[in-house]
Amino acid sequence: MDKSPRPCRAVLLASIALLFAPPVLGQPVPEIAPPAAVVARDNPNDAGHGVRIEWQPSPTPGILAYEVYRLSWRPEGAGPPLSPADAPDSLWIPVATVPAGSTSYVHEDDERTLGDGPNPEFVPRGSPVHYRVRTLGAGGAQSEFSPVVQAVAKGDWFHWMRVNVLVVFLALTAAMVFFIRRSSGGHRLFIRPIPGLAHIDEAVGRATEMGRPILFIPGTGTAGDIASLAAFTILSRVARRTAEYQTPVLVPVNDPVMMVMAQGTVKEGYLEAGRPDLYRPEDVFYISAMQFPYVAAVNGLMLRRQTATNFYMGVFHAESLLLAEAGAATGAIQISGTDQVAQIPFFVAATDYTLIGEELYAASAYLSQDPKQVGPLKAQDLMKAAIIAIAVLGLLELTFLGSDHLRGLIKAYD
Amino acid sequence: MKRRIPLILVFVTGMAMVAQFFVPHEYSDYLFQYANDFVIVIGILALPVGIYSLMVATVRKARSEPRERIYSLATIAGFLVMVAAGLKREWFHGDTTLSAMLFDNILVPAQATLFSLLAFYLASAAYRAFRARTLLAALLLLTAFIVMLRMIPLPEPLASWNATVVRWILEVPNMAAKRAIIIGVGLGAVTYSTKILLGIERSYMGGD
Repeated sequence: MDKSPRPCRAVLLASIALLFAPPVLGQPVPEIAPPAAVVARDNPNDAGHGVRIEWQPSPTPGILAYEVYRLSWRPEGAGPPLSPADAPDSLWIPVATVPAGSTSYVHEDDERTLGDGPNPEFVPRGSPVHYRVRTLGAGGAQSEFSPVVQAVAKGDWFHWMRVNVLVVFLALTAAMVFFIRRSSGGHRLFIRPIPGLAHIDEAVGRATEMGRPILFIPGTGTAGDIASLAAFTILSRVARRTAEYQTPVLVPVNDPVMMVMAQGTVKEGYLEAGRPDLYRPEDVFYISAMQFPYVAAVNGLMLRRQTATNFYMGVFHAESLLLAEAGAATGAIQISGTDQVAQIPFFVAATDYTLIGEELYAASAYLSQDPKQVGPLKAQDLMKAAIIAIAVLGLLELTFLGSDHLRGLIKAYD
Repeated sequence: MKRRIPLILVFVTGMAMVAQFFVPHEYSDYLFQYANDFVIVIGILALPVGIYSLMVATVRKARSEPRERIYSLATIAGFLVMVAAGLKREWFHGDTTLSAMLFDNILVPAQATLFSLLAFYLASAAYRAFRARTLLAALLLLTAFIVMLRMIPLPEPLASWNATVVRWILEVPNMAAKRAIIIGVGLGAVTYSTKILLGIERSYMGGD
């Protein structure tokens, strides 16, 4: 992993160090040595716009920072190629100041233009880029520049630092296949009771008895959110039940794509229940893409229509409590579920049942009891057990051996 | 076939995006950007459908429910005014346009008002949640009481003791629970996504 400080942070650190350096007015500036053995090479695991510069520390004690310069980039056709030997100092531009103690820096820049002109710091793919480094000392002392080094950045076809992610993904997929086969073979897999899902039918029945509509809010996320897709699973079940019980279900949405998906889900639910005649497309409607106008409209809907049952499933943000408290004020039975950790306490406080995090994703397996759905749930449990085991092993390693190799092994990289 | 084609599309595009995560090359990045642009384009294309739905629902409500007519008319008027203001951007010369002025002076304060209701809703939700009906609820009440004490000035050494206890509550049991939920959500999301990719999970298309 690259441990080079970010340029702005490095500049800040170096500036602070220079600020506290002793005054040197009237004193000779001491000579300091440049960093030794400077090399530049392609930065691995990137798109081909990064170069890694490494050096040995300057032998001079008490130095403050290193300054990395590169020869300006000039687009093809903008003039003769620049030779590092002949280039005037004005064409060498500083790209980073890194604090003493650092021995490397990764220079990345994939922007070809800066304003109206070419970006002189751009790192082209496949063309040589030249660098030189010097040392900065107290009182504005500067070393000579190191010899010029060059590197050619290239794009990589595999991100080797993500092998651990690939291993986990493949292990999870293998575990899913194993448990699906096991479950399909007649082996019964246990799923613990989830109250929020177990009470869906009861909640729909209550609305039917009271003769009032049901409100289903599929969150304020987009169709690309997993929680939104999981919400549609529950909406599908609710729609089927409402069709059977002949109770209207209102689905206000805040995204046009979500509206189309919700309409399809509800329509399919009515079809499966054998009551397509009861489906009313206008009951699934778009309100606003903005958070609070959406809340205002939905809260008004709850109060005017006196919905008997409210479902809040999907991605929620600050609107969670505004919606749930308004629903509680109407006396509706409320079932919520979200994967947004910050909103879970609000739902727990304000609704009758809450699906916490992953329980929302478990809805399809829980409701259908289909072996193909239950198998992946068990694979997920297995992975969770593996994570707990690794955490315990890491704890033991750190406690008794004082090392953290396991942490390095499982660390996620950008 | 009606189902198979979408499932094939989901599998192919999904696997392409999985592969893209492991390939840092510029072509891979281009694919990612291209896919993201497609999402934006689809969102924009779907917007007229949403607006049509809003208008149809509002007009229908205005017709069928006289008591709610005023709200429906306000919605339609607001929509038309904002569309007109957006079409004629040069109506206002200076720092702002008519559209921005309406947004800043009507919508933003209205949103702030609604958001401020959260303070009162927090109090009412907390009142219900903190009733000590069971042992666990009593424990929650006690913990919340200790944490909330941190927000008021206490004399020493009470303030220091309270700060230590609150820090422990937030960093140990609270953080442990939070991380457990986050790990569960992460694994659940990967499993759910894999189910979608493999065509096991189809309920988002309607039905099981």
